Amino acid sequence: MNFYSKLYYRLRKWMKAVQLYLVIAGPGLVVMIADNDAGGITTYAATGAKYGYNLIWFLLILIPVAYYVQEMTVRLGAVTKRGHAEAIFDGFGAFWGWFSLIDLMFVDWLTLVTEFIGMTAALQIFGIPPWATVVGVVALMGGIVINGRYWTWEKLAMLFCALNLIYIPGAFMVNASVSDVLKEGLIPNFPGGFNGELFFFLMANIGTTIAPWMLFFQQSSVVDKGLQEKDIPWGKFDTLFGSMLTVVVAIFIVVVTGTVLKGVDIDSASQAAEHLLKTNHWVGTFMAIGLFDAGLLGAICISLASSWAFGEIFGWAHSLNQKIKEAPWFYASYFFTLVTAGLVVLIPDAPLVLITLFVQVVAVTLLPAALVFLILLLNDKKHMGEYCNTLGENLIGGFIVLAIVVLSSLYGISVMFPDLYK
Amino acid sequence: MAKAFKNLAQKIREINQRYSKPHIEMSAGVRVSLLVLRVYLLFLVSLMVYKFILLLH
Repeated sequence: MNFYSKLYYRLRKWMKAVQLYLVIAGPGLVVMIADNDAGGITTYAATGAKYGYNLIWFLLILIPVAYYVQEMTVRLGAVTKRGHAEAIFDGFGAFWGWFSLIDLMFVDWLTLVTEFIGMTAALQIFGIPPWATVVGVVALMGGIVINGRYWTWEKLAMLFCALNLIYIPGAFMVNASVSDVLKEGLIPNFPGGFNGELFFFLMANIGTTIAPWMLFFQQSSVVDKGLQEKDIPWGKFDTLFGSMLTVVVAIFIVVVTGTVLKGVDIDSASQAAEHLLKTNHWVGTFMAIGLFDAGLLGAICISLASSWAFGEIFGWAHSLNQKIKEAPWFYASYFFTLVTAGLVVLIPDAPLVLITLFVQVVAVTLLPAALVFLILLLNDKKHMGEYCNTLGENLIGGFIVLAIVVLSSLYGISVMFPDLYK
Repeated sequence: MAKAFKNLAQKIREINQRYSKPHIEMSAGVRVSLLVLRVYLLFLVSLMVYKFILLLH
């Protein structure tokens, strides 16, 4: 009897913890899964097709990398009650503030264009014309935010996050050898030796793991949700869970393309989906649906990141808890970035490949600055108090930030000068 | 239209005034970090300009 009562007590405690997590869960989970956006899916699909399972170990390293960077935004948002843009303006003055805000607006808009490229390409596989995709996506994203409740938006976004897991059954359907995945994937190795091309792929994978919009999005999201200092442990757990989930999804994409498309040159995830459709209809279909969902999730977060940032600085009402009448500029900015980015994809002969490459270069100018500001703000005892970075957190965070800055810079430079590492 | 631009310019002036001084403690470490960031960004912008000139030629 004692055993059963103890078991019941533990089960209730566990259920309460899960219920509490489901209330707090959101910003970390959404931002991390949205990190697997259209560009990210392409990178993972190309990595699997090029190197098979051999770089899975490297993807696992990206879990702490993503976690340590993003958890800092949770603490900063919960303690200061300010978004990242406002924190930069306040902390470092107008010069750095405008630099970050204008750069963010530019990078976000270009990234949004790449999300639309991914979404239209994915639905074209099913015969849906690009204009219908753009109209449908704008209408859907309007519907998600228009109800004037952060909670509803967040839970709908989490539904799309769940759809991102579609790659997992896909990986089981290609009958990958588990022993091969473990044998080749978990032991650190550099297939074909450490050369320029491999370096490019490693940098691309890091580049897709941490993007500038993620810092701005998660911090603003934490503020809009109203997380308090006491919620920080749950916010951290949410971020850790999200970072693990995003890497798990990435690994399953690598397993799919590494099993079926090894040796095939992949330029985009939609191309991978088309190849997969020829060998296994359902796996190809899952890849295309996943690509659309990834683009949609990315678009949802990116357009909000810009609108929140502008609202914070210009003093507009900028909460998803406010209706259109109460926060007109916030929603105007949201729809403006969304509609203009969608229209670019519909322009005949628009230089979409050039735009995709340009995003990676411009992002390199914002990411290091945003990361350096993040570390400095987390060391500001006056505002952060007991939630300031400890020496250990500074060492880990500093090392990760330095590595990301160096590698993402090299990646951006390699996009500008493709023959540099050959 | 002119009024809207005037309002925007006024708003930007207000923002510049509100954030005219950094509120983070400007320790030596912060100053050095910001200096390195400026140099790094200048280097990147120079590279982009160089690439742009190469593309024009």
